[in-house]
Amino acid sequence: MADPQSWDWETREKKIPLDAWKTEYRWVEEPYASPDGEKVAAVVNVDEGEFTVCVNGEAWGETVFDKIWHLRFSPDGRLTALVNEMGEWTMAIDGEAWENKFGYIWEPHYSADGSGIAAAVQQDMQYAMVLNGEPWETMFANMTYFALSPDGRHTAGAVQVVDVDSGEIHKFQEGTFTAALDGNAWDTRFVNVWNLAISPDGVHLAAEVRLNLYDYTIAVDGVPWDARYQTVWAPVFHPLTGGVVAPVREKGAWTLAQDGKPLWKRTFVQLWQQMFSPDGQRIAAIVAPKYGRWTVAVDGEPWPATFGKLVTDAVFSPDGRKVAALAKDGETFRVVVDGQPWSDAWDMAWKPVFGPDGKDVVAKVEKDHRYTYSLNNRVWRGTADAAWDPVFSPDGTRLLLRTVESGQYVRRVVPVSEMAG
Amino acid sequence: MHSFYNFVSGPLAWIAFLLFIGGSIFRIGRMLVLVAQKEPFIFTYMSWRYSFRSILHWIVPFATVNWRRQPVLTVVTFAFHLCLLAVPVFLLAHAVLWEDSFGIRWWSLPDTLADTLTVIVILGAVFFLVRRITRPEVRFVTSASDYVILAIVSAPFITGFLAYHQWFAYPLMMGLHVLAGDIMLAAIPFTRLSHMIFSPFTRAYMGSEFGKVRHARDW
Amino acid sequence: MAEPSKQEKTAVVDDGIDVGVSRLTEEKIQSVINSVIDNETGVRLKTYVETCIHCGLCSEACHYYLSHDKDPHYSPVGKVKQTIWEMIRKKGRVSPEFIRQAAIIAHTQCNLCKRCAQYCPFGIDIAYMMSIVRRIIHRLGVTPLYIQDTAHSHSVTMNQMWVKGDEWPDTLQWQEEEAQAEIPDLRIPLEKEGADIMYSVIAPEPKFQAQLLYQAAVIMHVAGVDWTMPASVGWDNSDMAMYTGDNEIMGRIKRAHFETAERLKVKKIVMGECGHAFRSVYDMGNRWLGWSMPPFTIVHAIEFYYDLIKAGRIQIARKFKPPVTLHDPCNVVRGAGLGEKARYVAHALCETVIEMYPNREHNYCCCAGGGVINTGPPFKMARVEGNRVKAEQLFETKTKGAEVLIAPCHNCHSGLEDIVHHYEIGLEIKFFSDIIYEVMEKPA
Repeated sequence: MADPQSWDWETREKKIPLDAWKTEYRWVEEPYASPDGEKVAAVVNVDEGEFTVCVNGEAWGETVFDKIWHLRFSPDGRLTALVNEMGEWTMAIDGEAWENKFGYIWEPHYSADGSGIAAAVQQDMQYAMVLNGEPWETMFANMTYFALSPDGRHTAGAVQVVDVDSGEIHKFQEGTFTAALDGNAWDTRFVNVWNLAISPDGVHLAAEVRLNLYDYTIAVDGVPWDARYQTVWAPVFHPLTGGVVAPVREKGAWTLAQDGKPLWKRTFVQLWQQMFSPDGQRIAAIVAPKYGRWTVAVDGEPWPATFGKLVTDAVFSPDGRKVAALAKDGETFRVVVDGQPWSDAWDMAWKPVFGPDGKDVVAKVEKDHRYTYSLNNRVWRGTADAAWDPVFSPDGTRLLLRTVESGQYVRRVVPVSEMAG
Repeated sequence: MHSFYNFVSGPLAWIAFLLFIGGSIFRIGRMLVLVAQKEPFIFTYMSWRYSFRSILHWIVPFATVNWRRQPVLTVVTFAFHLCLLAVPVFLLAHAVLWEDSFGIRWWSLPDTLADTLTVIVILGAVFFLVRRITRPEVRFVTSASDYVILAIVSAPFITGFLAYHQWFAYPLMMGLHVLAGDIMLAAIPFTRLSHMIFSPFTRAYMGSEFGKVRHARDW
Repeated sequence: MAEPSKQEKTAVVDDGIDVGVSRLTEEKIQSVINSVIDNETGVRLKTYVETCIHCGLCSEACHYYLSHDKDPHYSPVGKVKQTIWEMIRKKGRVSPEFIRQAAIIAHTQCNLCKRCAQYCPFGIDIAYMMSIVRRIIHRLGVTPLYIQDTAHSHSVTMNQMWVKGDEWPDTLQWQEEEAQAEIPDLRIPLEKEGADIMYSVIAPEPKFQAQLLYQAAVIMHVAGVDWTMPASVGWDNSDMAMYTGDNEIMGRIKRAHFETAERLKVKKIVMGECGHAFRSVYDMGNRWLGWSMPPFTIVHAIEFYYDLIKAGRIQIARKFKPPVTLHDPCNVVRGAGLGEKARYVAHALCETVIEMYPNREHNYCCCAGGGVINTGPPFKMARVEGNRVKAEQLFETKTKGAEVLIAPCHNCHSGLEDIVHHYEIGLEIKFFSDIIYEVMEKPA
């Protein structure tokens, strides 16, 4: 990740006009802003079948591509996109295409520090992961789920290792899938493999597996847990101990298990998206304590407040003491911090962002297609036509707000005190 | 004979009422407990408005497509069920018993009218019997229990009719009539006659699902 | 009592059923049946079984019954008697041969259309009971081959047709390019976070009917809709696992669908002209996951077109000339009350709309839905012959002048094709989107 210490936290406002782009190109797709807010970019159409990316008004390198999609800034500020040139696909970073080209490329993954950029690729109807331009040596007949390790140095996929024709149901049921880490497949075969997780040290791989049509469990490095469940959801590694934790369903109810043993005492109608606090001391998950009611449970205890439609985007504060999430009732969303819903309801809200000390919470929100920010339950005075997630300065005193207003991209630095006041 | 009558209309009748009322409460209570235990989601979808919308359509003759498709059956089944309920409750002789036993008084049916209603119930039972035997789609799903419950329901009316007209041994018939009534009452919660207590709930649930979730008519 | 035995027990060869049955033991059958009934059912099944008065009034609701000259084996309650009643009565002690027959009945002689629920005076949900039978059949491993294969496809790819991860976005980009020949600045916006609408379809569209994606893109473009499609799993809203009783896979694929909408930060999910997918997203899959109602408003194509036309966002250049008739799909008319909106759309698009009878909630089923068409060629004729009454209904409508049959549901569409072909009815079958694309005003 580019060091936010080095970003410009002084200039109150910088603007980049966007409207002019529309006159220059046949069409301009939706813009993306860089993490530091200094750049704004969009895929633009130059002519029939000719695409480039416009970055701060400048075309992206020399190359014009036949097709560009999935434009995104990586966390370290590099601009990436999936590009097609002469019928071959690859990833381009800051305008430079990877040397290796593929039949197709999709679902890019970025490590938190941006050092690892991975994607799934297909070449001659064989499948593999590609990491920073280098594909696996082994290709597989099919690959369905993808993962990038937290350190950005390893990739994994759920891969098919036994050929099976459609209609060969009994052969399929004997197990044709497994998981591969850096292209090395496990020896064990499963009916299905889903949702992989790579350990923080990049050595271990865990996945949801189906052993036959009815029994589910978690497999770690190819070895399934002894316990069998009615079904399971995605596993996660403990950030420090390396233990594997996954939601499991028994007797029609969900709970959390670690390494095949029950972890939480109580059960839920639903339980998923479990996450550890950064220090690994606490674990939170989105749960339905009763049918049709949703909330967050921390260490097995659900918040008293529940919500009817949806709870999503839960996140721990950096110190692990607080949890924020989004809750939907009817058609509107609210930010909820430690079970306390904020007063304003929005047509849409984005994942809450904690300040470095965990005291302040801010979220991008939208109503009637106007975007703004809500900090600690106070709404920012400005509104915008588009906006990106807010970023706290390393000392937590300022916020970087990136918006589009009246045809201009605006990079703002706003003191937290000003927004809260 | 007198003691037989006293027994069936005394202790046995009390037992029958107890089984009927207690049994019905028990069955409904157990149903609700089961919902709470195993299918609590059902409560989420229940709606008074759509429950009654559905029930209302189905308890009015010819208010649903299927009632209109089956005009004869519709007339018979409504007549049968109405009379089946009206006669035991409003017959003068029963009204006297209601008052004697429970101290409650209400309007009663003239005897000749009650007699006609009884005949309607008996003819209705005959219709259902014939339908059960002759209609292939009904016969195919008929089991012995279907004849048993038809017999349980028609017996009090047949014996009551015979007793009222004093065609056979009146005291015996009277005793049998009360016994048959006791049996029917007691059987309601514990046989498929329980459709009397459950059908409003099944109807209400389907009505709620159709009305509240599916936005469609269930008739 | 002698029972009519008109129903022919022809030997059907289906490897899913045959191999499955050959592996059964009576002990296994008993333990599975009792396990499903004790652990997975509750008051509904119990009350339905104890309340049914065996009156047979559901019979004439069923197109199979009507099409088989009122053979009681095909009446809804007759099918219940031959399956779940017997399993309950014998406490699970039934033979492998019984299970074979139960699999055939539950999978190929009932479309789970719930018309019978509208004919039962008590509102007994017979389709639910057939679903329990299918659940038992799944747990016994006796599901018919083709639909089991489809369930496997769902489990691997999260879509119905073994469409691989690259094939989906590739197909969309191909259709986008095709459509750009007609409308140069048309886009199929992939992965556009924060769009108003996520448009989801069933896998046969990219696999066999890519023109439907093309048409949808043109409609979205002309109407100026802020929409997106995911390039990850979760794009497919179909669900045959729901129909095989593989509830765990049903839940898994619905979760993928809803979480994709969450990830894309859309406000609504608009879905193509498919009925069973609507049932899965709106009624079945969400419930298994614990959502009493879907976490996102689900807008079926019929309602979407209704909204666009009503708001004037698409204009009709010239109405469709040939007289049309409208088939009401069970899952969106009996299942979502979209009958009147479908009529509004039909009248807005077409000069002449001729009603078929019965219609709306009481329309006859296509006989393809409920996963029946997905049991494949071994049961094709069972499905076609099991719906003679539909052919008669269509033929009657044709004699009134109808030339085109609008079927706003994929399964209905395919099933009706087979019926129209077999009975030589001579109706052209179209989706609403086919007609909208043809008659709407498009940029020159």
